[in-house]
Amino acid sequence: MKKIILLNIFYFSFCTVAVKSAEKGGMPQLDPEFWVSQIFWLTITFGTLFLVLSKFILPRISKNLEQRRLQILENIETAEKQREQSEKNLKEFDEIILKSKNKAKEVMLAAREKVVSEITKKKMKLDEDLNSEIQNVEKEIIELKLSSPKKINSIASNITNEVIKRLIGTDVNESSVSALVEEELKKLSRSTNGI
Amino acid sequence: MAANPMYQFNVYRIGPEIKIGEIDLSFTNASLFMVISSLAILIIFNLGAQKKNIIPDKIQLLSELSYTFVSKMISDTAGSKAKPYFSFIFSLFMFVLFCNMFGMIPYSFTVTSHIIVTFVLAAFIFIGVTIIGFIKHGFGYLKLFVPSGVPAVLLPLIVVIEIISYLSRPISLSVRLFANMMAGHTMMKVFGGFVVSLGIVGGWLPLSFSVALTGLEILVAFLQAYVFAILTCIYLNDALNLHH
Repeated sequence: MKKIILLNIFYFSFCTVAVKSAEKGGMPQLDPEFWVSQIFWLTITFGTLFLVLSKFILPRISKNLEQRRLQILENIETAEKQREQSEKNLKEFDEIILKSKNKAKEVMLAAREKVVSEITKKKMKLDEDLNSEIQNVEKEIIELKLSSPKKINSIASNITNEVIKRLIGTDVNESSVSALVEEELKKLSRSTNGI
Repeated sequence: MAANPMYQFNVYRIGPEIKIGEIDLSFTNASLFMVISSLAILIIFNLGAQKKNIIPDKIQLLSELSYTFVSKMISDTAGSKAKPYFSFIFSLFMFVLFCNMFGMIPYSFTVTSHIIVTFVLAAFIFIGVTIIGFIKHGFGYLKLFVPSGVPAVLLPLIVVIEIISYLSRPISLSVRLFANMMAGHTMMKVFGGFVVSLGIVGGWLPLSFSVALTGLEILVAFLQAYVFAILTCIYLNDALNLHH
């Protein structure tokens, strides 16, 4: 407002200067020749303007604005509803995901248990089988151990017999040969601390 | 004599002389620019009002922004009771604004630079507001001249001052607009004359001044239309909501 007042003062002072400088022609504004004409035409033009604006144009603009306002309100309402719906959907979705995760965990645990129990079962069976096999083999080894000196003896005497036969050309008493071989073996076993 | 800075305000007859009895109602250049301004307003706002897009285009936006601008101005200054007078204030604001703006075109005529035009508008507003005040409040409207909370000794003086200020409203309202318009256009004419008389050597200074003045005058053209309308709203507010 202050600015306007200052501007006015400035203009007023300038206005008086301008009027004085133009004293020759004077101010056409103060010449009443066309005052009535101006009033008449002002009334006509402004009256027409006012009538047409107020009767036809302004109501239409206001209707447009109102319509837009309503439309926007409606849109906001719809958007709000949709937002709520989507939030609900999101919640449901989260729930479903959580549920399925839990289920997957359960299934996994069950499967693991099953597999573990099966593995232990199989392992135990395998252990048993292995044990029995080992026992059998051990038995066999012991048997072999026990029977091996006798066999070696007979083989040794047989070989000795044969060697003698080839060397001398005659049969030797079997029992004496085996006695000799046995003696030799005993000596050998004593020197090597036996088997 | 085109060099006279007041020459631009001359009113002259266009076409034949129209006389009813002794009264001269001839169509003048002033009348021509009143008609042009009114027609321009009607065409622009009619175009703007015909479209019903949800997302407005330029011309629609222009008319709708003007509508909301004026309606906000009225509701801010005069409250919701002033709604029935919206059309009048809108027409008034647009008419003054367009007359001012058309006056900014070189060699055109500024309707509002004539005291008789602004005075008729202001007098119409003054009489209308006074009638509205008396209709709404009866003789209670006279309480407008008696402010509350004034010591009894000062009261006669204050009442006289209030009455004088009330009666001077149409004069201040009309002279403000007329003087602003006339002074601005005269000043521009004077500086334009300097450009010519100083020639190519010294003419640049007044020319640049003239350019700056043109911008200022466009601002003033809008501002004065706004002030005219908002003062009307304030007077209307006094008549509608008597709060003293």
